[in-house]
Amino acid sequence: MSTPTASPVPALVVDNLRKTYGNGVEALKGVSLTVQPGDFFALLGPNGAGKSTLIGILSSLVNSTGGDAQVFGVSVNKQRNEAMKLIGLVPQEINFNQFEKPFDICVNEAGFYGIPRKIAAERAEKYLKELRLWDKAHHQARMLSGGMKRRLMIARAMMNEPKLLILDEPTAGVDIEIRRSMWQFVSAINAAGTTVILTTHYLEEAEQLCRNIAIIDHGTIVENTSMKRLLAKLDSETFVLDVTAAPDQLPQLSDITLRRIDEHTLEAEMPRTSDLNALFAALTEHGIAVKSMRNKTNRLEELFVRLVENGREKAA
Amino acid sequence: MSHSLNMVALYTIVRREIARIMRIWTQTLIPPAITMTLYFVIFGKLIGSRIGTIEGGFTYMQYIVPGLVMMSIITNSYGNISSSFFGAKFSRAVEEMLVSPMPNWVILLGYVTGAVVRGLVVGVLVLMIALFFTSLHVVHPLLTFLSVLLGATIFSLAGFVNAVYAKKFDDIALVPTFVLTPLTYLGGVFYSINMLGEPWQAISRINPILYMVNAFRFGVLGVSDVGIGTAFAVMVLFVVVLSAVALQLLKRGVGLRS
Repeated sequence: MSTPTASPVPALVVDNLRKTYGNGVEALKGVSLTVQPGDFFALLGPNGAGKSTLIGILSSLVNSTGGDAQVFGVSVNKQRNEAMKLIGLVPQEINFNQFEKPFDICVNEAGFYGIPRKIAAERAEKYLKELRLWDKAHHQARMLSGGMKRRLMIARAMMNEPKLLILDEPTAGVDIEIRRSMWQFVSAINAAGTTVILTTHYLEEAEQLCRNIAIIDHGTIVENTSMKRLLAKLDSETFVLDVTAAPDQLPQLSDITLRRIDEHTLEAEMPRTSDLNALFAALTEHGIAVKSMRNKTNRLEELFVRLVENGREKAA
Repeated sequence: MSHSLNMVALYTIVRREIARIMRIWTQTLIPPAITMTLYFVIFGKLIGSRIGTIEGGFTYMQYIVPGLVMMSIITNSYGNISSSFFGAKFSRAVEEMLVSPMPNWVILLGYVTGAVVRGLVVGVLVLMIALFFTSLHVVHPLLTFLSVLLGATIFSLAGFVNAVYAKKFDDIALVPTFVLTPLTYLGGVFYSINMLGEPWQAISRINPILYMVNAFRFGVLGVSDVGIGTAFAVMVLFVVVLSAVALQLLKRGVGLRS
């Protein structure tokens, strides 16, 4: 007789979390969500939606006014110190002493977690090398570029080798090459078993990296599902077609709407159930040659805007 | 965290604080040495030579040395912790500690230890300079050390509370300028309160710095304006009350957590 497998303890359970600031602003209105161990989870929302407040509460920088959160079963409210051992935080703002050296910043961070100096030094070298910062390890941190400072914060967050890594807009203002290298590193960390929660305004990042997603707006979760299920909700897509010459009279198609943007550009809006062959056949028949095509907007971006707008209409 | 992990965390803060003191030694160690040298030259040598002996037959220079040493210890302990902790708050580097599993008492003890170390180093420097101007024989070495330790601790704790409440750099300069300096000058550094008439003697007795200066003076010279038991009781009381206030502020996250 086989014994039933115990379901793993969730990496994060947020239970009816509330936060009202002293000025009366209700930043979180009873947020609940669950993140499974090993997940790469996107927490998205417009500015001021409550993302940073939620992350602040999880990392104990913000005191909640109701509810609780559990990190691998450990209550942030009741067992703060134990819960903090499990978390690594990469905050939105640069928050290290810029007059200290990256190596010292990392070693000191480990010290705050009670990690002996010898082990801390080995880890600092490992993560600074992996994040391509080793050659700057003994320079003052203020001499680092913006992208390097962001990578330093990731290295610092890894010093306690957390089970849950929270990244709050880590790629804001970072060029594409560095952003990609950062994602390679975080993806490898995730593949090795670390649960990752990511907030970002670059939605294509979230779409490529994350398996599950929650969208928060005005302190409320408006969507919490898997990325696949969310994207499946997108019922239509719009493509931009670069053509040799766009005629004034466009072919009429039953379920595809064609629009002429300029003499070399067309837009085709079509249901996700339709196939592109019909579109290409009609264009070929009318002598319109397609040179290239792309999505008008990122799919997740389209859904994100729609969900946030729907939420606001309901609230109104 | 377990005791051993807490000790690693405590060592990390203390080491970082001492590294900071040594990194900017031209700001942390040299200015008090120069200031006190000027005090010794002007008040001790030039003016003091015309004053003659004071309380217990000591020269004026010998009399003011303990007061000036204690004055430099408390101002430097206070200045160290208020600027270091407020600097960490201002740069948000304090969040490194706030998101860690460290208990609040480790954060407080780490910063206080760093500030006490600076106070002691400055105190030793000033004492060495004083020996160029006069000879001293420490009567009660243990009491001398205890009074220095308690005095530095009290003002480290006070500086920490100041830094917690401070919202801008001006806020950490206000207390030293308008509270600490007047209290120090009126705390029996340059004179014996027995030289004052009433009600000034009674008023002087509510100044906590009077007890620190006199406890240290008793340790070094064996004379004091106040009972030595009272002096130590007042200092211990201040340590207990200020520690409780600082820990409560950390627990509530005043000025640190939203």
